[in-house]
Formats: sequence, C-alpha cells, structure tokens
Amino acid sequence: MNGRWRRAGVVALTVVGLLAAWEGYKAVGPVDGASLGGVRLLPRADDRSMPHVGEVLGALARPEVDAPGSRTVGVAVLTGVLSTLRLALLGGVLGSAVGLALAVLMQRLRLLEAGLLPWVVLSQTVPIIAIAPLITGWGGAVRLGPWAWTPQASVVVIAAFLAFSPVAVGALRGLQSAAPAAVELFRSYAVPWRSQLLHLRLPAARPYLVPALRLAGAQAVVGAIVAEISTGTRGGIGRLVIEYAQQATSSPARVYAAILGAAALGLLVAGLVGLVGAREDRRAAAAVEVAA
Amino acid sequence: MSSTRTTPGATPAGGPGTAAAPAPGGPAATPAVEVRGVVRRFGAVTALDGIDLVIERGELVSLIGPSGCGKSTLLRVVADLVEPTEGEVRVGGKSAHRARLDQDYGIAFQAAGLLEWRTVAGNVELPLQLHGVGRAARRERARELLDLVGLADFARHRPSQLSGGMQQRVAIARALAERPSLLLMDEPFGALDEMTRERLQAELLAVRAATGCTVVFVTHSVPEAVFLSDRVVVMSARPGRVAAVVPVRLGTAERDDAVRATPAFAASVVQVRAALRATEAPR
Amino acid sequence: MRRARGSGALLLAPVVVALAFLAAWEALVRVGRVAPFVLPSPTAVLASLREVGAQVLAAAGATGLNALVGLVAGTALALLAASLAARVRVLREALVPLAAAAAAIPIVALAPVFATMYGATSELPRRLVVTLVVFVPVFVNALRGLLTVDPVHAELMRSYAASGWATTRWVRLPGALPFVFTGLRLAASAAVISAVVAEYFGGLQTGLGSRITSAAANSAYPRAWAYVVAACALGLLFYAAALALERAATPWRRAGTG
Repeated sequence: MNGRWRRAGVVALTVVGLLAAWEGYKAVGPVDGASLGGVRLLPRADDRSMPHVGEVLGALARPEVDAPGSRTVGVAVLTGVLSTLRLALLGGVLGSAVGLALAVLMQRLRLLEAGLLPWVVLSQTVPIIAIAPLITGWGGAVRLGPWAWTPQASVVVIAAFLAFSPVAVGALRGLQSAAPAAVELFRSYAVPWRSQLLHLRLPAARPYLVPALRLAGAQAVVGAIVAEISTGTRGGIGRLVIEYAQQATSSPARVYAAILGAAALGLLVAGLVGLVGAREDRRAAAAVEVAA
Repeated sequence: MSSTRTTPGATPAGGPGTAAAPAPGGPAATPAVEVRGVVRRFGAVTALDGIDLVIERGELVSLIGPSGCGKSTLLRVVADLVEPTEGEVRVGGKSAHRARLDQDYGIAFQAAGLLEWRTVAGNVELPLQLHGVGRAARRERARELLDLVGLADFARHRPSQLSGGMQQRVAIARALAERPSLLLMDEPFGALDEMTRERLQAELLAVRAATGCTVVFVTHSVPEAVFLSDRVVVMSARPGRVAAVVPVRLGTAERDDAVRATPAFAASVVQVRAALRATEAPR
Repeated sequence: MRRARGSGALLLAPVVVALAFLAAWEALVRVGRVAPFVLPSPTAVLASLREVGAQVLAAAGATGLNALVGLVAGTALALLAASLAARVRVLREALVPLAAAAAAIPIVALAPVFATMYGATSELPRRLVVTLVVFVPVFVNALRGLLTVDPVHAELMRSYAASGWATTRWVRLPGALPFVFTGLRLAASAAVISAVVAEYFGGLQTGLGSRITSAAANSAYPRAWAYVVAACALGLLFYAAALALERAATPWRRAGTG
C-alpha cells in the first residue's frame, strides 16, 4: 500500500515536472525557435505555438464561437470524445468479435490457419489505416438493402479492422497454448470439439486475450480518430483536433484542449479494457498464491 | 540431532575406514566442508534447523530428502548463495564467503543454465574469462574439459542444438573449469531420462576419480545417491534437519553399472529408504 | 482432429488465398460494376502504379526517410532511457506508467501542434511524431529485457563472485537483446504507419500520406490505391529490415533444433 502511494507520488511529480519544463522552456526558449542550417531544431516558444498551461485549461471554459448561447470548448471536446468513443467501441467490439471467431476457425482448420495467418500478421506491419480517405466515397454511394453507408460507418470499419488483427493473432496463440497433455485428456474423454473449446481452449486463451484486447483498444482509438480526420466525419474528437488546429492563430490553446481530449479518450478505452484485465490479473495472482 | 560429525571411522552404522575414499590431504587436513549449527529462516518458514555436517576431502556425499527438506538450501549455504540465519559454514578451512571469492568450488544446477548466446566452448570458458585467464589458456582448458565429458566434437555448437543430457555435461565441464577442490551439484541429473542419468552418474564418478575433488550432490533419487556416494545424508522436512547419515559400502574402486546389481547396492538402497520412511513416521 | 496435410499445401495456402482474394476483388468490380470511386479493380491499380511509378517512388522515399529518421532517433532515446531506468528505481517508477499511458493515447494527434511549433514547411514535426511513437515499444521491451535475468544465470554469476558490471556485460545485455529486437520489430512497422498517418494532419505535400489524400480529393482513386500499395510495401520493407537485423544480431536464436 505504501509502495502504491509512493509510485502515485512519483507519477504526479513527473507530470508536474513535465508541465514545469514546458513553462520553463516558454520562459527562456527563443520565441522563434532555433535553426541550424535552415532546419528549425528548437520549437518556437511564442504563445501561439506553446500556450501557457493555464491558458489551455482556461480555454475549456470559454465559449466555442462568439455568439450568445454558444457551448464552451470544454463541452465541445467532451461531446467529441463521447462521439468518437461510441464509434471506437463499436469498431473495437466488432473487430474483436470477428478476430476471435476467425481465431477459433483457424484453430479448428489447419489449412485456414496456413492460408490466412500470414496475411493477418502482415496486415499489422502495413499502414492499413492509409485506406481511410479512400472509403470516404462510400458514404452515400454504397447501399446494403435499406441501409445507406454513412461516414460513421467508414470510421467504425477502419476501427474494427485495426482492432481485428491483434485479437485474431493473440486469440489463436492463446487457443493453441492449451497443454498437449490436456488436449489428449479431452480426446480421451471423446467429448465434442465444442466442449474442448469451451472448457479447455478458451480458458487457456484468456491470459493471451487481455494484452491483445489492450492493443485492439488502442488501435481502435487511433483508427477512429484518423478515420474521422480523413473522412471528414463531423462531431468526433479527431475532426475537432483539425478544426481547432486551423484556429491556431486566433485561439492557440484550443488545439491542445482537443488533444487532451484525444489522450483522455485513449486512457478511457484502456481503462475499460483494464477492467477486464484486472479480473484476469486477480485470477493469475490467486493462482500464484495457490502454487506457492 | 546432536552432532552428525562423522569422520569415516565413526559413522553410526559403519565399520572402520570403509565409508570414504582416503582424503588426499591426509587425515590431519581440514575438512572440505564444515557446517555447524546452521539455521536458515525465510520469513516465518524455517528451511534449515540446526544442521551439523562435516565432509572430508575427497568424499562424495549426497543430500537426499522429501521436497521442502532444505537440501538445496543447504547446498546454497555452502556455496554462499544463501546466507545462514545462524551458525557457521567453513569451506576448506575458510569462510564460505571467502571460498566463493577465491573460487574454491564449482557448481552445477538442475537447469544447465548455459548462456544460449555463447557456443559450447564459450560457456565452458565463461568462468575462466570472468577471472582473467588468457585466451589461449582458456581455449586449451575448454578443449580438455570437453574431451573429458565427451563433447569435443560439439565445441562450436550452440547450447540449443544439444540434448538435455549434453547440456548438463557442458554445465559439469563448466563447473570443473577452474579445477575446484569442491564440486557442488544441485539435482544436476534431475530432468534427464533414466538411461542418460545412469551414464552421467558413471561419468561423474570417472571425473571425480580423475580430479580427486570433493562432491556434494543433492538428489531425490535413492539409487542415484547410493550409486554415487560414500555417505548419504538423509534430511527431514519442515523444518529441514539431518535425520540420518547412511554410509555406503560398495568399495572405493571405480564403480560401474554392474554394482547396481549387487546385494550390497540393494542393501544400501533399503537402508536409505528406511531412513527416508522414518522421516515421515511422526505424521 | 487435425489431419497432417502435405507441408506443400500449407506453404502454398497463403499464395492461393492471396490470388483468390485478388481474383474475387477483380471479379466483384467487373461483374458487379462497382464504381471506381468505391473500389478500383486490382488491374486498374496496377496500371496506375505503372503510370505514376516515379512519383510513387519519390513519395515513398520522402515518407520512408521520415520513418527512418524517427525510428533511429526514437530507438536511440528509448535504449538510453531504458538503460537509465533499469538502474535508477525512481526513474523507472516515473517512466513506466508514462510509457503505459503513451501506449494507450493516439500520439499522431500531436502532429498539428508540432507543425505549429516547428512550422508546416518542415518534415521535422512528422519525424517527431514517429520518434515518440517508436519510443514506447522499444523502451517498454528493452526495459523488460534488462530487468529479466534467468535466476540460474544470476546464481551462477554470484557463484563466480562476478562484479555487477561483469554480470551486465556477459549476462544482462546479451539476454536483453531478443527483447530489444521484439520492440524494434513492432516499432519498425509503427514508424511507417505513423509517418503516413502524420501526413493526414496537413503539412508538406511530399509523402505517401499526402499523395493518398490529394489523389482521393481529385477522385483519382486508382492512383490513390497505388500510393496505398506503396505504403504497404514500405511497411513490409521496414518490417523485413528489422527482422533481418534481429536475425543477424541474435544468431543463437535460430541455431536451435526447436
């Protein structure tokens, strides 16, 4: 318990230190940065590039536009975060479900694993996210029965795709991690494959799923934000970052407020995944205690 | 357990002069290992309780007992890898700490613990390199040792290319690198199959005959302990104590596999088993 | 349950899957009369790739350089930070939670503020984004590697009365290498991905990311897809290079029978 407080204190001090370093650089740093051979190496320290910390927090409380009844920037950021959270979660859950299902199929069918797994693994090494601007056109053009494609759907698809591959790879590895002796035991029971999956392989996969889901969550957030930017989907935090960046001349603190929102979104999703993971950690800790 | 100080002539059940090979330093030399009143606690758990044990030079002594009896801990106390809570350990007349700093012993564990990024020869050379032995001398010594354990052809292989038994041979060669007068072994053959195990046991005896070193050998196999040892120290668990010391009389000549079929071997196995059973009796 | 099939079939399977996928794509576009702005056919993308090959290479060069500079800088910083954090406990307590948080947040969103700080006519903002993205996995894995020592190795070094430095030199550093390369492998792909994505946030129009957006804005979809193909190839190149480096630096890891 003592150690926990100590660690929390160290983290708090670090954050304070980083903020102090920011203000310190603002105080002594060159206003127009420092260049060497035409390349600016030190950032500009003016208020436009690096607003005061207080300025950023203050911006949250100021109205978004100069009109009566305008919502504050803080409310706009919060709305954007919630909107993107919805899309990222939808995409993340969808992608994880597909990834898990595919992992189960690949575990069952060796040939499917041989044919698909290399591509799923490789898809993590290439910028799949680059196609985000290209499915913008699907809005209004693609219809699936009565349902017309919306820009939000593009965002969800990108988020889902990015979340899918880590879960597929991690879950497959987990399903295959069941001890050979246990697999043989289940075979000796002559139970259907479904029972083996339910009582042996899925439980064995759990420790592998938590890190996979953590990665999937982070990927879904990045995917949703980038997709919003490149598809021009309004209402989300990604779009807000771009909008506020364009207002940097008049109100430079706003883009920082939006970025804080994006960071908070990432931590929020990580926290949600962490709730699942914490349960797993407790199980693992209990198992260690029993073993000791 | 009062005192288990047992020189070859004074073993509880033994006749005169039968248990141990004659010590190279003569009877007057300091013992190889002296453990006096050693207690080791880990938190509330007493792993070792009042251990007294004297091992003469050139002796091969096995420590055997149920899991949790502290036999590995005792070996580590001798190696100065674990400090005793109470009591004193002397190795060749020096403190255990001094003996470690002077590299008076070689050690091998159940896991071979080879550095997988080094070649087989590189692993054998490791302790020599750490202690500043020149390259040529290191090469020469590694070649000798690999010859001794029958792995001369594998010097340039990686550990991961070797079988478990071969890896363990490399570990033994590494333990012998600095010609220690004392060899400490913690279940070194525990993870090997029976055939490999018996072959390595015979090899260990050959190595010991060639080097004359003292060996302390932790095991949980009764036949292994009997085949190898001059004396078998039987320990009881929770807390770890010396329950009995069984001298083995199979002759001092080099033992071979035929020994395993003799009545004397069987009798010693029965004797050690009985001593082990006795440690469970109160429960 | 699993029938052993010929290993030839297993080796061929990914190729068959890829060809089938491309054929189905082509067929879908042709037979289904899918508008090119929804999905251009693979042959159209290929034709476009041939047509603008020179520009594609130039753009890939610009993005690749950003990714490489960021990768090198981020890796160097991460290794430095990890070796300090492995020694100094307070530093570890400060940096580990920050790295964990950084792994969860979309670092690319910092691209616009770096652009204001350094000016939009510089590649530096993108390289900074890549540096930060790369830092996280390399730092986390390198630190884990430096802190993980096989207990048997630790006991062995103690039995040799080896100094702390000798233990670091002979056991800790070589033991950490595989971890470092795991981080580097992750970072290599992440470097390309973030270098491409950082271009979506505006700035110079030199790299693949900005080409993709401008081609899409001009409804030149086959061309846009051609740049996407190049981005994927760049990602694979970086990944393969990291893998090759890993194999060269840790030869013992593939010497084994298993």
